[in-house]
Amino acid sequence: MSSSGIQHEASYLEYKGKYTGLLGWIFSTDHKRIGLLYLYSMTVMFLVGVVLGLMMRFELLAPGKTVMDAQAYNATFTVHGVIMIFMVVIPGLPAVFGNFFLPLMIGARDVAFPRLNLLSWWFYVAGVMLVLSALLFGPGTPDTGWTFYAPYSFRTGTNLLPAIFGAFVLGFSSILTGLNFLVTIHRLRCPGMKWTKLPLFVWTLYGTAWIQLLATPVVGITLVLIALERLFAVGIFDPALGGDPILYQHLFWIYSHPAVYVMILPALGVISEIIPTFSQKHIFGYKAIIASTMAIAFVGYLVWGHHMFTAGMSGTAQYYFSLLTFLVAVPSAIKVFNWISTMYKGSINVQTPFLWAVSFIFVFMIGGLSGLVLGALAANIYVHDTAFVVAHFHYIVFGGTGFAFFGAIHYWYPKIFGRMYDKSWANIGWVVFFIGFLTLYTPMFYLGLMGMPRRYYDYLSEFHGGNILATVGSWLLATGLIIIIANLIRSARKGEIVERNPWNSKTLEWVVPSPPPVENFDEIPVLGEQDGPYNY
Amino acid sequence: MEQVKQIVHEHYDPEASKIGMWLFIFTELLLFGILFVIYSVYRYMNHDAFHLAAEELDTYVGAVNTVILLISSMTIAMSTTSLQKKKTKETLILCGVTLVLGIVFLVNKYVEWGGKFDHGIFPGSEYLVANFSQGEILFFGLYFIMTGLHALHIIIGLILIVTVMWRVYAGKVHAGRPVLLENSGLYWHLVDIIWIFLFPLFYLII
Repeated sequence: MSSSGIQHEASYLEYKGKYTGLLGWIFSTDHKRIGLLYLYSMTVMFLVGVVLGLMMRFELLAPGKTVMDAQAYNATFTVHGVIMIFMVVIPGLPAVFGNFFLPLMIGARDVAFPRLNLLSWWFYVAGVMLVLSALLFGPGTPDTGWTFYAPYSFRTGTNLLPAIFGAFVLGFSSILTGLNFLVTIHRLRCPGMKWTKLPLFVWTLYGTAWIQLLATPVVGITLVLIALERLFAVGIFDPALGGDPILYQHLFWIYSHPAVYVMILPALGVISEIIPTFSQKHIFGYKAIIASTMAIAFVGYLVWGHHMFTAGMSGTAQYYFSLLTFLVAVPSAIKVFNWISTMYKGSINVQTPFLWAVSFIFVFMIGGLSGLVLGALAANIYVHDTAFVVAHFHYIVFGGTGFAFFGAIHYWYPKIFGRMYDKSWANIGWVVFFIGFLTLYTPMFYLGLMGMPRRYYDYLSEFHGGNILATVGSWLLATGLIIIIANLIRSARKGEIVERNPWNSKTLEWVVPSPPPVENFDEIPVLGEQDGPYNY
Repeated sequence: MEQVKQIVHEHYDPEASKIGMWLFIFTELLLFGILFVIYSVYRYMNHDAFHLAAEELDTYVGAVNTVILLISSMTIAMSTTSLQKKKTKETLILCGVTLVLGIVFLVNKYVEWGGKFDHGIFPGSEYLVANFSQGEILFFGLYFIMTGLHALHIIIGLILIVTVMWRVYAGKVHAGRPVLLENSGLYWHLVDIIWIFLFPLFYLII
């Protein structure tokens, strides 16, 4: 591996191009700056979503109306869902860390289409603005849930059109990012970077990009149809005109289930980077992890029906969807085995990213196993649309993608900013957050099994205890979040300056100076026979 | 050594642009593919009604439009070849012919839609709900959505062709850098092939 890090070259943070100041960022085609643009805009949206979530938990502190009525609660969970799904977890890891590290990890100077990359960020911002305009103006905040189910989505009097259009534009942004990554991975790998030498995070981005590309158009056209239904009453999903609302559910989930894998696959990739680095050991079963990544991407495309077991579907279809759902669990389990085996006899260095990774495995396993409960036909009928589903979903998406996101930011932080965060505060933040997370979502499993339905602002007094616990958990989680974010913000300016490779990792992004220079590599690196991303 | 490197490397990779365009075409195919799925489902559920409704459409206009699009696909393909042969003027003329054919297609479409509107056949019309069965309403709903979306793609294609013509004229697209023209041609073929499926589904199968 050759690299000549010439120190005098300006880092991407200090670089002054045609524009300066804020314009130098929002018109920059540098993949690193775009990655940070995504990071900042996404963090803002994430915090908005968190506040809405806290408000919902506060409403559920006691039975009956606490702070909001039914309509306000419906609007709150709708907006919470739309923001968190479409603006945070779907773009999340690929848009932030994919943009920043994909070119660095494959030894390229930028992505294949830098201007298209900037355009996708602009689309992202436009989509966010559109959705927010639905909240601020018009006859009322959307109250359909993030799924926009027909026929309610074209009967409700609330201001749904901008929200739908916003989701469409966000989808377009996602497609362009996926397209860009696919071409980048195919065309811009440095000499010697064979497919079997790609870092696993890049492999998961590759699988994710295919899903983004092949699934997002489906939801795009489906949302357009809902909009046309509202505007012109075309009748496609309207039972009064002969349309079939169940068909809407199929089309919606054909996208939205693979979208769950858009959320989780890059998270699995991040964990596959963190574990070998902090075990100082070659990843166990490199090819098995790649195969399981592609298997998840492929099978994940075919399991959408398990969202609709109670919606009216033929028994045969139900069996197939249930079986396929169980099949998806296999590659996920393979990954867990590989991570554990990587740690075995490794030289483990317990740092903050490693703590996030290990706690990821813990919550991901609980989330995954509870998914099997939902994938089994008989059990599903019992817990469908209860708090159990909410718990499962948040264990996977918040516990999975969210934990991986925090792991990733703590892992790559020294590379992004050239400074180290305060490690003890980072660990304290993790402990508080982790305990808060478990306290918040674990009671929901029990509440769901006891029969508490989701999406209600009110509940029977039997469910009071569990709900108090969950709400207290939400406060703990928020406290942890404040500690983590404050620590990261403070350290970006005041943190200790670090070497280019503080974790002694073997992937290419650690070869360049921290923060990386504008052009990443002075000379494009060349991988020799013995070089590899995990050769410790 | 205070010289800060400011020039970002110029990066030109026609192969990448082509892969990118093909991937984009996949997404377009899926976009329309879902509409074809919806069409099949509803055709299966309302077989007789779709048969009745299809007779309202003018096969003659549809056939003329098919021929127009096929010829335009040929002219845009020919323009790519003439660009390779460095015949700039010929390239511009062939692109121009494609442009005109695309506009003629849209005019035909406008006249056809207008006729339907005059007869009270359009989404949400009371006449439609009062005089037609649910299956027929679905047929016309799909007809307007699918041909409408297709027409939108024709318009995007026309804008692309105008852009390419401008770039060819300005010398930015030439035999050494033909990718923009080639990709626009690909897009135009995509629009064409979608019509090749729309035409029989709405006009011919009865």
